Amino acid sequence: MSAATVVVTDDTFAEKVLASSTPVLVDFWATWCGPCRMVAPVLDEIAADKAGTLVVAKVDVDTNPAAARDYHVVSIPTLILFKNGQPVKRIVGAKGKAALLREIADEL
Amino acid sequence: MTSPPIHDVIIIGSGPAGYTAAIYTARAQLAPLVFEGTSFGGALMTTTEVENFPGFRAGINGPDLMEEMREQALRFGADLQMEDVESVSLDGPVKEVVTAGGDTHRARSVILAMGAAARYLGVPGEQELLGRGVSSCATCDGFFFKGQDIAVIGGGDSAMEEATFLTRFARSVTLVHRRDEFRASKIMLERARADEKITFRTNTAVVAVEGETTVTGLRVRDAVSGAESTLPVTGVFVAIGHDPRSQLVRDQVDMDADGYVLVDGHGTATSIAGVFAAGDLVDRTYRQAITAAGSGCAAAIDAERWLAHPHDADTAAALAGVRQ
Repeated sequence: MSAATVVVTDDTFAEKVLASSTPVLVDFWATWCGPCRMVAPVLDEIAADKAGTLVVAKVDVDTNPAAARDYHVVSIPTLILFKNGQPVKRIVGAKGKAALLREIADEL
Repeated sequence: MTSPPIHDVIIIGSGPAGYTAAIYTARAQLAPLVFEGTSFGGALMTTTEVENFPGFRAGINGPDLMEEMREQALRFGADLQMEDVESVSLDGPVKEVVTAGGDTHRARSVILAMGAAARYLGVPGEQELLGRGVSSCATCDGFFFKGQDIAVIGGGDSAMEEATFLTRFARSVTLVHRRDEFRASKIMLERARADEKITFRTNTAVVAVEGETTVTGLRVRDAVSGAESTLPVTGVFVAIGHDPRSQLVRDQVDMDADGYVLVDGHGTATSIAGVFAAGDLVDRTYRQAITAAGSGCAAAIDAERWLAHPHDADTAAALAGVRQ
């Protein structure tokens, strides 16, 4: 996994995502999910490009079911952008870098 | 400022057809530029075990197979870009490809291998509840339906594969199919029929997906009696086939009424000189990983030969001009 993204678990979700003063894009993913593999390198790039203005966090739903359940994630990859502890944007399915950046641009 | 290089070949797409074309053109020293796009890996990225790809007698995971093809293309020096392509201009001796990021790339030949996209039902509630119980990827989302009652829509191999796969998680799977005949192969159909968790509802059309924030039911109509009823399911997996992803080249290359790109006879040449097409974008008959890979190989060889010997004199002259 790239150093640019942050691994978040059920235990650290509140601290690293909800309490973050920087917007956090959370990637709900799992090892068995092909489209999650597709989008992973794109998220690495976004994390590197946007360092300082956006945190990209990865939640493995297999080992962290609570976070996925709390936000009604029943399809992966699902990306949720959190600002000041609130989910402000939800993106379902793998998308390209330009498309993803376009989707979150208004919120950053 | 120097003008950007003109590549020999640009490949659009990254399923078995795209990567095979990349492997062949890279080995032929054509230094292919490949736009993998969002659909990186293609249709196999949402499958589980691929049991019929020759050379893998014990079977191989779809995503693992695609990873192998990708690495093989990289090994020979293919330039793989994860970007989506926004538009193309295919006429003339130099083709232009514009990415979603706004960059323009040029090449003497283009191989189209964008594949096909999952088809949806187009019923009320379906798009609204996508990602909230409606799914087109059983391998991704089955996990979230442990112990629940779910439905799979479709009558082909993918529907049977998904239904069978989903019994690992779900309490029950209802397979809803609008006819009473199946496109599915016998082995896949028999496997699903033998599974006691799977109930078949044939001659049954989907009317709507019900639910406010998540799926709570599937409204169906019996095609014979016309009676409507609601199946109490929390998940709806749509597996009713695919449509060729050809919007990018609409109004440029010739295609049939359903959007499949037309190619010349048994070859891969499209209606535009220097533009070749392969895989599910072209193939409405076989649509297998191995046939897509085969046609990707054919497109690479066709492109290589065409670059060496353009068919018509005008193109040859024009190409000679842009070769510096």
